[in-house]
Amino acid sequence: MTTQTERAEGEWVGHMRRIRDDADTAAFAELFGHFAPRIKGFLMRAGADETLAEECAQEVMATLWHKSALFDPTRASVATWVFTIARNRRIDALRRQRRPEPEDLPWGPEPEPDQEAVILMQQETEVLARALAQLPQKQRHLIERAYFGDLTHSEIAAETGLPLGTIKSRIRLALERLRHEMSRGEQ
Amino acid sequence: MTIRHHLSDDVLMAYSAGDLPEAFSLVVATHVSMCDECRARMESFDAVGGAVLAQGDTAAIGADSLAATMALIKSGPPQDKAPVRRSGIFPAPLADYAGDGPGAVKWRRVGGGVRQAILPTDSGASARLLHIPAGAAVPDHGHHGLEMTLVLQGAFRDETARFGRGDVEIATEADEHTPVAELGEDCICLAATDAPLRFTALLPRLAQPFFRI
Repeated sequence: MTTQTERAEGEWVGHMRRIRDDADTAAFAELFGHFAPRIKGFLMRAGADETLAEECAQEVMATLWHKSALFDPTRASVATWVFTIARNRRIDALRRQRRPEPEDLPWGPEPEPDQEAVILMQQETEVLARALAQLPQKQRHLIERAYFGDLTHSEIAAETGLPLGTIKSRIRLALERLRHEMSRGEQ
Repeated sequence: MTIRHHLSDDVLMAYSAGDLPEAFSLVVATHVSMCDECRARMESFDAVGGAVLAQGDTAAIGADSLAATMALIKSGPPQDKAPVRRSGIFPAPLADYAGDGPGAVKWRRVGGGVRQAILPTDSGASARLLHIPAGAAVPDHGHHGLEMTLVLQGAFRDETARFGRGDVEIATEADEHTPVAELGEDCICLAATDAPLRFTALLPRLAQPFFRI
């Protein structure tokens, strides 16, 4: 399963590139086949009825196409990027709320991202996926509920069983990466 | 700018998962705009969301779903409004709610030289800007729920620590504190709370309904 997920994530990065550079509809169709059912499943778990979830999944995938130039494979996996778009759609459509977003970093994604950094991100994604898959069911269920919008902040805060330690090393890497880019951006 | 007081894991996770009321999300987005460390942590919590989505249940999509999406794409990108830029001491997400810096804010006096402006968010929690004259105390208050205070200018101290620009204080029901603005520059903060502040002095409490504190 490990190598399969890893290969898949690497492939999706290539798909994103083909969409960005060549408006490649075949690449989009494959991405759609993989992610649209997951987005729809995610939105239904978050409380959307089937019609709304279907409509929103289409909108999320259309956003992915339109904003493909903003995807940075050195900072996020395709799944993570899809998640953030789907989450914002959920907040907008289901909770009818605005979502304040942080400022963008002063630099955008590189047209030719550093391959080593892309591969590192894929490996991190794999480590995180494995950590999540291997959690005891109770903890895993809790994390899922948080991301489906089932938990309030105070419920998350009260839940001492949340295995936040599993992402600490990822945070350290993300910070190193950000500082590295920051120093490059200042040159 | 050295930030010493950061967002907690539970707040960042709740933001990333989309579980926070708008007022708290505004504080998080504003702090993250100023703080690399919390940005890295936020991105990591986003990655957890990516893993949840990747491993989550799938739902069968309609037969014409791809065609409908292609039609949506051909109709062009939705008209996003022009992105708001940071303005003076206000990072972009705050400038989006409060305008071009403190000079553009419609302040109202709330006593003791303190001024405030309520920002428009949904009703799950409230957000306000506070302007506290240098050296002045913010009225003593405790909390019913969660309160987050982010310093934008100047600094304040309470019983526990000093908070300067970029620092965020997260207080809960257990905390009873008396923040005092440092001498020098007036202190401007963005504060969000999910309950009305409960002042321990009699007069401010009577005044609460009038000032929406």
